[in-house]
Amino acid sequence: MSGPSTYKPSTGIEKWLDSRLPIIRLGYDSFVDFPTPRNLNYWWTFGGILAVFLMIQIISGIVLAMHYVAHEDYAFDSVQRITRDVPFGWLIQSMHANGASFFFVAVYLHMFRGLYYGSYKAPREILWILGVVIYLLMMATAFMGYVLPWGQMSYWGAMVITNLIGALPFVGDAIREWLWGGFSVGQATLNRFFSLHYLLPFVIAGVVGLHIWALHVPGNGNPAGLEIKDPKKDALPFHPYYTVKDGFAIIVYLMVFATFVFYMPGVLGHADNYIEANPLSTPAHIVPEWYFLPFYAILRAVTFDIGPIDAKLGGVLAMFGAIAILFVLPWLDTSKVRSMRYRPLTRWFFIFFVIAALGLGWCGAKNPDDPVPLLGFKFVYLAQFLTLYYFAYFLVILPVLGIIEKPKDRPASIEASVLGNDKS
Amino acid sequence: MMTRIFAAAALALGLSAAASAAEGNAHAPEKHEWSHSGPFGTYDDHAVQRGFQIYQEVCSSCHSMDLMRFRNLGQRGGPFESEQFPNPNDNLVVMQIASGYEVQDGPNEDGDMFMRTALPSDAFPGPFDNEQQARASNGGAYPPDLSLIVKARSGGADYIRSLLLGYEEAPHDAHLSPGQYYNAYFEGGAIAMAPPLSEGIVTYADGTEATVEQMAEDVVTFLTWAGDPHMETRKQMGAMVLIFLFFFAILVYLAYRQVWANVKH
Repeated sequence: MSGPSTYKPSTGIEKWLDSRLPIIRLGYDSFVDFPTPRNLNYWWTFGGILAVFLMIQIISGIVLAMHYVAHEDYAFDSVQRITRDVPFGWLIQSMHANGASFFFVAVYLHMFRGLYYGSYKAPREILWILGVVIYLLMMATAFMGYVLPWGQMSYWGAMVITNLIGALPFVGDAIREWLWGGFSVGQATLNRFFSLHYLLPFVIAGVVGLHIWALHVPGNGNPAGLEIKDPKKDALPFHPYYTVKDGFAIIVYLMVFATFVFYMPGVLGHADNYIEANPLSTPAHIVPEWYFLPFYAILRAVTFDIGPIDAKLGGVLAMFGAIAILFVLPWLDTSKVRSMRYRPLTRWFFIFFVIAALGLGWCGAKNPDDPVPLLGFKFVYLAQFLTLYYFAYFLVILPVLGIIEKPKDRPASIEASVLGNDKS
Repeated sequence: MMTRIFAAAALALGLSAAASAAEGNAHAPEKHEWSHSGPFGTYDDHAVQRGFQIYQEVCSSCHSMDLMRFRNLGQRGGPFESEQFPNPNDNLVVMQIASGYEVQDGPNEDGDMFMRTALPSDAFPGPFDNEQQARASNGGAYPPDLSLIVKARSGGADYIRSLLLGYEEAPHDAHLSPGQYYNAYFEGGAIAMAPPLSEGIVTYADGTEATVEQMAEDVVTFLTWAGDPHMETRKQMGAMVLIFLFFFAILVYLAYRQVWANVKH
């Protein structure tokens, strides 16, 4: 999208630097002068919010690592020492633990935005795939980070998830032992998880760089789903228009974040994680962090053998498949129309997809054998139905609707979409 | 037996009421008004002081509090905080409390361990040397460490208070082993802890009447403070941060309106 650079070095130092390392030019072209569609709504602010949260997590995490002890005998107490004795440790620990949740809230909204407005369609497939890679890395990082406080849920969550690997035929046991560094979750596991938990955020930062690069080649998508034709009419420079709009959204999001950090620091956690890990005592209900619950529900929804695949392996495959399917989404959706604003039928299926994702999260938090309130049947059946819909949305609904649906008339340009619709 | 039949019938009918019957039937904790609840709640220092007395004279004969140091009692937000002693290690009340305990130190120049009077920097000494000793003295049950007990139980302060007050005559269908007591708030009902509080078991230093309800409220307030000693600082700072962000948001919003004033979008 970026046309010829309009950066003009004004001072002597800038000119000197520009002919050697044009880094100011890169920043100017990417974040000041970058032509951005003028019709972006607040759903487009979550990219900026995510960048802020990546920084919050990295900075608070580096400080925590200065005080944390990755040892099975000391890890639990060292986290307590941080919250009790380290100056402002209670604040940094609360920011880091709640920051992970707010990072995931933002990433889920960012992804639903992409699904609704067709952000994954040509020419933005690589941009979307890089986003899914970031999401996968975030899940790995968050999972290992949750193990570090070495509470009961840390330990048993790690046990359940690593045991899934053991379901793989032939090589499962060997890979699981290799991951553990022993015959169970223990000291070796904790130490390597700490090492990887420190490494992966920087890998994420690198892929975020690629993500932004891949964004700046085709430019932003937008609610109308149209490309910029005439930058003078359709676009605005990123600064000051979107720096100030993103800035406002970031501050509002930080207010919600601060409410949790200062007034409900433990509400997203689990009481059992204030009990030190004990390999001899299994908690009554092992539940992962809330942001993994939909996938946990899919894992447990497969309760039957499928041919040679037993139920456990089937669940593992379904769980990983639920994420893997996102990689091929750009080629599953057959519609040429990007934005669901102009897809009257598909948008209803999308709304039900969001409900299904939230419903799977609910199923993941509940005991599968308990009955669903009002409906009466067991949660596992609800989870199976919603899992079916989750996969059908990608494998059946999007491919078929793209062919049979008659889209609404679309405006001729971004400018026309703005001027024709006088609601702003 | 009737419960079982009812549960089975309810399950068959698909009633959601079956959930609690199938899961175990501990009573939901009773809600209580705490001085420290809500966004502006603070710890009642006198209640924390009295609660500490209960811990010292009652709980500590079986329960450890490994994460607590005597100096915590005199730190900012602690029950014996004093402006006179910004460093809690110098706090006279704290020093006096610590001096009532003996702790092991060493080795000395001769290589021997020795006992000395505790200092404010020392941890609360626990009643047992190890888990095995604790179990041997308690009929096989392990009294949990109390440093984080309020955070480590779902229901928090309400649950601990309900549990302390929840001892009752066992229903005739309850199965209690020797040394177990019936408590409706405890999962399964059978608890190895004897009812810890009884009328007048302590004589409060500040003259408050030591009813069972009063003692339960005080000791739970103390335990809540022990699990979350920086709550007051946290809430105060939260108010400042939110006020700052609120005005910052207004400013940025006005800037946004100004910048976009002449652009249709």
